[in-house]
Amino acid sequence: MAETTQVQKRPVFRNIHITQIVGYRLPPAGIVSILHRVSGVLMFLLLPFVIWLLDVSLTSEISFERFTSTFVAGLGFLPGWFMKLVALALIWAFLHHFIAGVRHLWMDMTHSVSKQQGHLSAVITLAASVVLTLALAFKLFF
Amino acid sequence: MTDKSYGSKRLVVGAHYGLRDWLAQRVTAVLMALFTLALVAQLLFGAKLGYERWSAIFSTQWMKVLAFVTIMSLLYHVWIGMRDVWMDYVKPVGIKLVLQVFTLSWLVGCTGWTVQVLWRL
Repeated sequence: MAETTQVQKRPVFRNIHITQIVGYRLPPAGIVSILHRVSGVLMFLLLPFVIWLLDVSLTSEISFERFTSTFVAGLGFLPGWFMKLVALALIWAFLHHFIAGVRHLWMDMTHSVSKQQGHLSAVITLAASVVLTLALAFKLFF
Repeated sequence: MTDKSYGSKRLVVGAHYGLRDWLAQRVTAVLMALFTLALVAQLLFGAKLGYERWSAIFSTQWMKVLAFVTIMSLLYHVWIGMRDVWMDYVKPVGIKLVLQVFTLSWLVGCTGWTVQVLWRL
């Protein structure tokens, strides 16, 4: 009995510490999951900026000019290209959060929770959000 | 639950709201997705986008209602999500409480501002 219990010594993670994160080899579904959180928190923190953009873009034609100039002349001491990068980060966050959310709804409704289905849908989620972000980045910068 | 769940023994961590929040997060997500689709559809089909057309999109009554539903959904959806994040990563009860109060204030403030923007049109 003693031999059979000592077959393999594998690392065990119980209380996860932040310094251990880099050593993790997450499967695609795990990457989708943590990015779902990261994108959500990012959008939460930048919410006032988004509302400010909505405010200036809708209030009047003059304020609309301020909206467009934010991405050309910049905002305060931040240059226009940087504001475009912020917008792009928000675009990625929205797309990833949206697609990962649809994946969740799809899994809930169809009970598609096998290992293969989870893997495939995670890869599709990552690919779709990155491709759409790149397409919009192209439209934003060129 | 322990038999002594009051006073200093009271359980102050965890969501323990079960199905209710799980369902609320999904329903609010669908409502926000509908708004997104309605907005994207209007942006893709039509004349060149400028102030005139952009503000006209948000001026119709049905879009105002949908935008209002979206911002209220956002409030609830983000509260559940951020509370989950604090709950998972922040252990000291005091700091967790401060972060939750900050989250609620932040979200309620943002919701008020958005309603102001939408209803000015």
